Amino acid sequence: MARLIRTEKEVEGRFEELWLVVEEDPLQQWPAGPQSVVGRPAVRQDAPERARGEARYTADIQLPGMLHTAVLRSPHAHARVKRIDLAPALALPGVRGALGPGEAQGLDEEAGFAGAPVAAVAADTFAQARAALAAIDVEWEQLEVVLDPDDAIARKQFTSDPVEYARGGFEQALAEADVVVEGTYRTAVVLHNSMETHQAVCDWVGDTLNVYISTQYIWGVRDAVAEALGIPGDKVRVVCEFMGGGFGAKNDPGEYTFIAAELAKRTRRPVHCALTRREENTAAGNRNATIQKLTVGARSDGTIVALGGEFTNAVGWSGWSAGTDGPMQMLYACDNVRTIRYGAKINTPPMKAFRAPGFVEGTFGLECLIDELAAKLDMDPLELRRKNYASANDGKPYSSKNLMQCYELAQKHWDRRDEVRARSDDTWKHGVGMASQIWYGGGGPPSYAWTRVTSDGRVSVITAMQDIGTGTRTAMAQIAAEELGVPLDRVEVVLGDSARGPYATLSAGSSTTPSVGPAVRAAAADVKRQIIEIAAQRHDLEERVIDIKDGMVVSADGNLSQPLEELVGLLEDAQILGKGARGPNPTGMSVLTFGVQVVEVAVDVETGEVRVERVAAAHDVGRIINPLGARSQVEGGIIQGIGHTLSEQRLMDMETGRILTTSLDAYRMPTIADVPEIVCEFVDEPDEHLTSLGSKGLGEPPIIPISAAIANAIRDATGADVHELPITREEMLRALREADEKARERQRESIGAR
Amino acid sequence: MSDVLLTVNGQSYSAYAPVGMSLAQLLREELGFTGTKIACNEGHCGACTVQIDGVPVLSCITLAHNVTGEITTIEGLRDHPLIEAFVEADAVQCGFCTPGQVVSAAALVAATPDPTVDQIRHQMAGNICRCGTYPRIEEAIQKWRG
Ligand code: FES
Ligand code: FES
Repeated sequence: MARLIRTEKEVEGRFEELWLVVEEDPLQQWPAGPQSVVGRPAVRQDAPERARGEARYTADIQLPGMLHTAVLRSPHAHARVKRIDLAPALALPGVRGALGPGEAQGLDEEAGFAGAPVAAVAADTFAQARAALAAIDVEWEQLEVVLDPDDAIARKQFTSDPVEYARGGFEQALAEADVVVEGTYRTAVVLHNSMETHQAVCDWVGDTLNVYISTQYIWGVRDAVAEALGIPGDKVRVVCEFMGGGFGAKNDPGEYTFIAAELAKRTRRPVHCALTRREENTAAGNRNATIQKLTVGARSDGTIVALGGEFTNAVGWSGWSAGTDGPMQMLYACDNVRTIRYGAKINTPPMKAFRAPGFVEGTFGLECLIDELAAKLDMDPLELRRKNYASANDGKPYSSKNLMQCYELAQKHWDRRDEVRARSDDTWKHGVGMASQIWYGGGGPPSYAWTRVTSDGRVSVITAMQDIGTGTRTAMAQIAAEELGVPLDRVEVVLGDSARGPYATLSAGSSTTPSVGPAVRAAAADVKRQIIEIAAQRHDLEERVIDIKDGMVVSADGNLSQPLEELVGLLEDAQILGKGARGPNPTGMSVLTFGVQVVEVAVDVETGEVRVERVAAAHDVGRIINPLGARSQVEGGIIQGIGHTLSEQRLMDMETGRILTTSLDAYRMPTIADVPEIVCEFVDEPDEHLTSLGSKGLGEPPIIPISAAIANAIRDATGADVHELPITREEMLRALREADEKARERQRESIGAR
Repeated sequence: MSDVLLTVNGQSYSAYAPVGMSLAQLLREELGFTGTKIACNEGHCGACTVQIDGVPVLSCITLAHNVTGEITTIEGLRDHPLIEAFVEADAVQCGFCTPGQVVSAAALVAATPDPTVDQIRHQMAGNICRCGTYPRIEEAIQKWRG
């Protein structure tokens, strides 16, 4: 029977309560370790078409009569459109339609950042549309600009109210601490820069709007577009079979979708609206800059007794203030914690979620601070972390936590310290550093899947989720194949179309596999049960003695062994249909992911060049469905994190608020030449409390600890404390000079003392 | 003179191309070779890589009217063993950069069948992959002959 419950849902560290109908999920978890298909490496089912250039992305869609769009953006960081005349643009050759402020969601009269969209033109070609922008006659009224987050906070200009958190008595515990370390850490604005820019093609067919879009959430786009247009949700069909990367920036539709939808409505033609790479770098969202003022107090034996932090998110004109304070509250056992987090509203481009938003930044600050504490205590940083191991999350038990096993896996890499340091010479200093990671990633309800077995014994899994490049399509096929007892190549996954499958969650917050996976397993179990019922009647056996293994319907005594396609072949055109739903998360428990990374670096103390030479990662995300894809997620996260740490930085003119790094030669992402040796290990222990899979998500955890681990390795190599990301050569040389001065001071003091 | 004559993947094409049209745009929009991706359109990422007479070039900053040699796009390399090698090594995440990677890699292994890691890194450094498949690409190129 369907049961109605109230449950909690987490996305990217934000919680909400929702009503949920639970269809009981009586499946037992599979035992730990590799099964027949799940837990074994599987190549991606859609890799050949992607590699051969046959996969059709939104960028590749060409519909008959399709128009192309260019968007007029504010040249000012804060301004109002006083007057606008679109007529001269509409008069130009090839121009078929134009929109001004207020005519599509996202086109506003008030521009809150340089690059904010205010008007749009659709024309036969993109070149015509772009040329027409210049003809739009617009008069701006410039408004006051606030670019400095501290300034915004002083004026109480927030994106949301400041968030305060306290447990125990921070002040007193700090006063009683034997050792206190304080530090201010800063992280820069970094950009997603997915290879496929944000874009959508909108096409009205009758009263239904077809939206082809590069998105992480087809259902979210469906609902947002329906709401904006005031039409029922089922009149919007959203399609995204292949998409070229998102990393959090494509969780919602964005102005380009609303513009295309409105222009398509007015022109009665399909309309494509795509951001250029330069627009992508100015207006498509970013990981905001942070300032973190952190304090830790400890006893001389290494017990952390007080943790405090003031976190500022320089959010921008829109976006949300992500949980930079989370790691400080959650990573270590500490009775006395006090944090405050501000979200500064400033005239800069919007924040959008970016792979573990808040925790990437907050972990950099916290894990550097912890290492500085270890240095002051003269304690092994790994030992210090073990000593302050948390056994509950703010009083709540963990559904599972294997961080200690991660530390054990990391030990052999950590033990390379002496050998690595010994490689140092006068110029190149070598060192090893580590950092831990905590994050969400348990997923949650609702998500659904359907299954279909045809009389040739082939299986389709149908679910309106999306595979944004993480390999979830293949993971879903593995889960269905395992449950059903068929080889992987018999299963195909149909996804990416809101009109052709049931609701599935967004691909963000490391939630796709833990959310949709259990629904797929339940749907596979549903058809398996039906097949066994059919076999029992056909062969006059009891259901409980029948199973399906390797595509064969078999009986326990071995007398029955019939290929599945032979059994279901009886049915000719009939099909066996199943359905499954994601159940709730365990109540009263914290579902979290954990990990640790050990990094080896080399620092050229003359030029400030930093090279990451080796990264060893050990993560605990419950059961691993596909070890091959999981390794790629870890490598990809680490490589992106190395970019954040050493080279990526969006630069802005602090006078005008204009973005200076708008191209991929100015905004420097890692290339193949920047990649270190990466070793990747998993605890691979199912979370016994979480769903029938015991799996958590892996998209985000690997990017979380890397920056701090690099900074800590730099300290190990050189004694310098870097406090800012990215660690440019300037920052590295500054930190080296500061370390030199400190060393000289200590020497003077010790001479004086003598 | 707005018509261009091109040889693409061994076949000849004639197409209308306004002066100033890039080869990438011509291939994608006029000839339907959408396997060639455009990610930056200004020569900074490698997604649009095609070969002209076996040499990798960035088609987004190549003028269609200037091309004289024989063009090979990803569509002409569909049966190249590198495809299988990329799939087996899990070198394809979102896949948007992948056709460009394969075209660059195919030029590399044609000239240097057993490239060293340094040679791979040198040749492939112009092809950005935001998903970070680089270690897998390196492995795929090392094992391209199976
Ligand atoms: S699209 Fe040509 S180099 Fe980026
Ligand atoms: S696979 Fe996504 S950019 Fe390379």
